[in-house]
Amino acid sequence: MSYIAILLTFIFINNFIFSQFLGMCPFIGVSKNSENAIGMGASVTFVTTVASVITWAIYYFLLVPFSLEYLQTVTFILVIASLVQLLEMVIQKISPALYKALGIYLPLITTNCAVLGIAIINITNGYNVMEAFTGGLAAGLGFTLAIVLMSNIREKLDLQPVRKAYRGVPIAFISAGLMSLAFMAFDKSLITNLHLV
Amino acid sequence: MNIVMAIIVVAVLGGIFGFGLSFAEKRLAVKKDPKVLALEPIMPGINCGVCGYAGCAAYAAAVALGEAPIGLCSPGGPDLVAKMAEIMGEKVDASGETRRKVAHVMCRGNVEVSSKGYEYEGLEDCNAAFLLFGGDYSCKTACLHLGSCIKVCPTDAISRDAEGYIIVDEQKCISCEKCVQICPTGVMHMIYEDSEYAIECNSHEPGGKVRKVCTVGCIGCKICENKYPESGCSVDKFLATFDQTSPHSQIADAAEACPTKCIIKR
Repeated sequence: MSYIAILLTFIFINNFIFSQFLGMCPFIGVSKNSENAIGMGASVTFVTTVASVITWAIYYFLLVPFSLEYLQTVTFILVIASLVQLLEMVIQKISPALYKALGIYLPLITTNCAVLGIAIINITNGYNVMEAFTGGLAAGLGFTLAIVLMSNIREKLDLQPVRKAYRGVPIAFISAGLMSLAFMAFDKSLITNLHLV
Repeated sequence: MNIVMAIIVVAVLGGIFGFGLSFAEKRLAVKKDPKVLALEPIMPGINCGVCGYAGCAAYAAAVALGEAPIGLCSPGGPDLVAKMAEIMGEKVDASGETRRKVAHVMCRGNVEVSSKGYEYEGLEDCNAAFLLFGGDYSCKTACLHLGSCIKVCPTDAISRDAEGYIIVDEQKCISCEKCVQICPTGVMHMIYEDSEYAIECNSHEPGGKVRKVCTVGCIGCKICENKYPESGCSVDKFLATFDQTSPHSQIADAAEACPTKCIIKR
């Protein structure tokens, strides 16, 4: 599978939010304004990319030699949680401005299922390390796309005469559902038609 | 054998990450401003947000950077201002002493003096009752007596008296305004603690409408304002307000003359 095919797959066809329903919590929680949404998207992209490579290494250099593949979920959670903590410290030290922008979202990502999801999908699909890196990057970009689109919609929704019972999260879920329907238009045939396989 | 291996691998990984993180924390520790470290412990720590910052720690950081003035913290009061000024090396002029504000329920309505639109039977919560036609009282700015303010008060300053009215213990009130924010009818107001009188009505409806639904509401008749110009009362949109700072020598007479007796001595 070419790298472009992986990018297209995770950004559009298997978008984490709209077709896999992973990482819904920050998607709803942090999509109230587009500035925060971009911050959250950037943090998630960063973490999925780094976590993909590191979990790939852990899996193939530690779990496979000892035939402990069944431990992947436990070890991946351990890896991701510590990785995010470490990242938080590093960012705080190196760039206080970036820390201020991302700082509050990083702990949210610790237990974000999108990050664990891409780590496990990389392994299930049997990617090599560069493919895993691309997969992580694409998953993050797909998440960013979804959350930024959503935040723009929600900013507009705030100004609309929405019925009281639907205001806030309920209408957000309905909008998310409609966007998800739209994303269903992207499917595997896109990749075959573009002759990317 | 496999199980032993699994335990070892997970334990070793956990150990490496644990030690790695604690080591990283030491190496990457960010030095905090000593002023912030000194300010944080003296803050009230209830994170009420009256100062306009996200919490006590955020306000302390802003003060330490010189972005915020000291004295925005109403729960802390003058004591905190003095302590913060000492840490920041600033001088506070005692003349600008702030008058303390306390929460007060601006309504004397109850089942006997006010009419009800319907009987409310449901969740003991003002906001829940307010969803149904703005509460059971015909007056939509009345105190609903369901006690959302009691639940939200961080210092247990709000309680019910024997007659069921909501009362505020002014010694305990720290002016955090949480009750003002949660009250759906807006009947909770912040008034100056040293005010001798309060006009306990919250209705801006014209007199006729108020008369129909309540016998103790302010009808906006302006007797206090016109007949007793020295009473300190002024009427705006059919509701009188009392100001302690203006001349108020005639307030006792005005209270006596008020047709609905809504000027209450505190």
